[in-house]
Amino acid sequence: MQDRIALLAIRLADDHLVLGHRVSEWCGHAPVLEEDLAMPNIALDLIGQARSLYAYAGEVEGKGRDEDMIAYLRREREYTNCLLVERPNGDFAETMLKILYFAAYMEPYWQAMTGSKDETLAAIAAKAVKETAYHIRHAGEWVIRLGDGTEESAGRMQAAVELLHPYTAELFENDDLTAELANAGIASEPSDMRAEWDRTIGAIFAEAGLSQPDVPFPHSGGRNGEHGEAMGFLLADLQHMQRTFPGASW
Amino acid sequence: MYSQGLIGANATTDEDEEFLARFQARIDAEEKIEPNDAMPEGYRRTLVRQIGQHAHSEIVGMLPEGNWITRAPSLRRKAALLAKIQDEGGHGLYLYAAAETLGVSRDEMTEELLSGKAKYSSIFNYPTLTWADIGAIGWLVDGAAIMNQIPLCRCSFGPYARAMIRVCKEESFHQRQGYEIMMTLAKGTPEQKELAQDALNRWWWPSLMMFGPSDSASEHSDQNMKWKIKRFTNDQLRQNFVNATVPQGEHIGLKMPDPDLKWNEKTGDYEFGEINWDEFWRVVKGGGPMNRERIAARRKAWEDGAWVREAAMAHAQKRQARRDAASVAAE
Repeated sequence: MQDRIALLAIRLADDHLVLGHRVSEWCGHAPVLEEDLAMPNIALDLIGQARSLYAYAGEVEGKGRDEDMIAYLRREREYTNCLLVERPNGDFAETMLKILYFAAYMEPYWQAMTGSKDETLAAIAAKAVKETAYHIRHAGEWVIRLGDGTEESAGRMQAAVELLHPYTAELFENDDLTAELANAGIASEPSDMRAEWDRTIGAIFAEAGLSQPDVPFPHSGGRNGEHGEAMGFLLADLQHMQRTFPGASW
Repeated sequence: MYSQGLIGANATTDEDEEFLARFQARIDAEEKIEPNDAMPEGYRRTLVRQIGQHAHSEIVGMLPEGNWITRAPSLRRKAALLAKIQDEGGHGLYLYAAAETLGVSRDEMTEELLSGKAKYSSIFNYPTLTWADIGAIGWLVDGAAIMNQIPLCRCSFGPYARAMIRVCKEESFHQRQGYEIMMTLAKGTPEQKELAQDALNRWWWPSLMMFGPSDSASEHSDQNMKWKIKRFTNDQLRQNFVNATVPQGEHIGLKMPDPDLKWNEKTGDYEFGEINWDEFWRVVKGGGPMNRERIAARRKAWEDGAWVREAAMAHAQKRQARRDAASVAAE
């Protein structure tokens, strides 16, 4: 069971690290100074959550790996984040929608995890759930502003929806790992979050004047380490120092 | 331009000798000048220029450090760097707000930055080539900034002085963090030590240039000292910085890149070599390695973000109109 908990923690941590990485790429380049403060803040939350999860995974797997060894020193196929979070930033509409889609999934997930039989995961969830609620609010407000702003912003916002919606189904996929941990009372099944996610997104989209497209061909594969082409470049950046100076402490 | 009325409807003051003498008497009595107090136009303009430059420096300064966020060598360092850069943005916001009390808007100041009319600290026109540069910037650049800013906590203009108190607290945290990065590198592997020494070699002289031209060549110093906007001369502050920083470098086993550096027992100061003033003026005038890229990056962010800002305004107006319509309907 410890191995299985470690795998789940790494999966969750990968989601948060990779999204945090993407959001951090905006730092200094945001459309308005207030967002140059808000986006690093969101990135900090996500990376902080990733750190807690990696550190805990290292502890329970008992192979002597610390947070950095897990975060930095795996091959691309070993990263199990979902495809949504690794998508390149695109424009501001795309980035805000990506943050919203992910946070709207994680908020009920963390909420449920506060009742986990694993005390460490429950504690991580208790802190994260508050931060995630803020991400929904912040990104959701932008999605509304842009959807209900100018003709151009509404067009860009709807284009972002068309582009990212096919990556949302993967969030809710169950597999052997999630089934086992749900049976053990450690973590909920991803599919359990669907109704709450639909409610959150539905309310925001209604106010923003956006519609959810039909998705005939949803994308998937991240949980199995099958990523998009942009992922290798993200990891090249992320791992640059650790790969160049093996074994050094920073 | 809400505050124009505070200093006369046309933003001018009646500057006869009695007015100037009365103003100087307040300064000499160490009274703080507040935004709605009468002040000479030159004083106001100097402050707008200086606070604006200071704010721009914080904002442009996010770029060289931002260059290393995605490549930070550990998650702890990544988080600390993100938090630091966020602080810099916060200082920018705070300082723009202080400048706005003098009747100039943030958008106007931004336009001046992007057009090249307003300056920012030249130090940010140097590139961050390795991770050690992040340590060197924290240690040296933030260290030099603190040396400049501590006296500004007693600046005669109230909003600027108060902003500086908070900014200095955060900067001194950044300085310690940067020094700690350098210390870790200096006692790491030979390659890490080499990174640290190389970064020191590249950032040392530009850091000394941060204090501005030598006193004999500085055009603004005298009046600013009289108005207590400035408390120490450029050369005094530079000497203080050298005196404080050289022992820190020695403590971690790094060598200052100055063959003329030596301790003078009599004066209690480190004597140091001649600054390359040609390089200083070249970078000030736009010829540094990164001047073009820094402004291009800020301009791109501003222009690419125009549709977002327009949408936010449009949405706010629509929402207000809906609210107004709803309250009319309710009546």
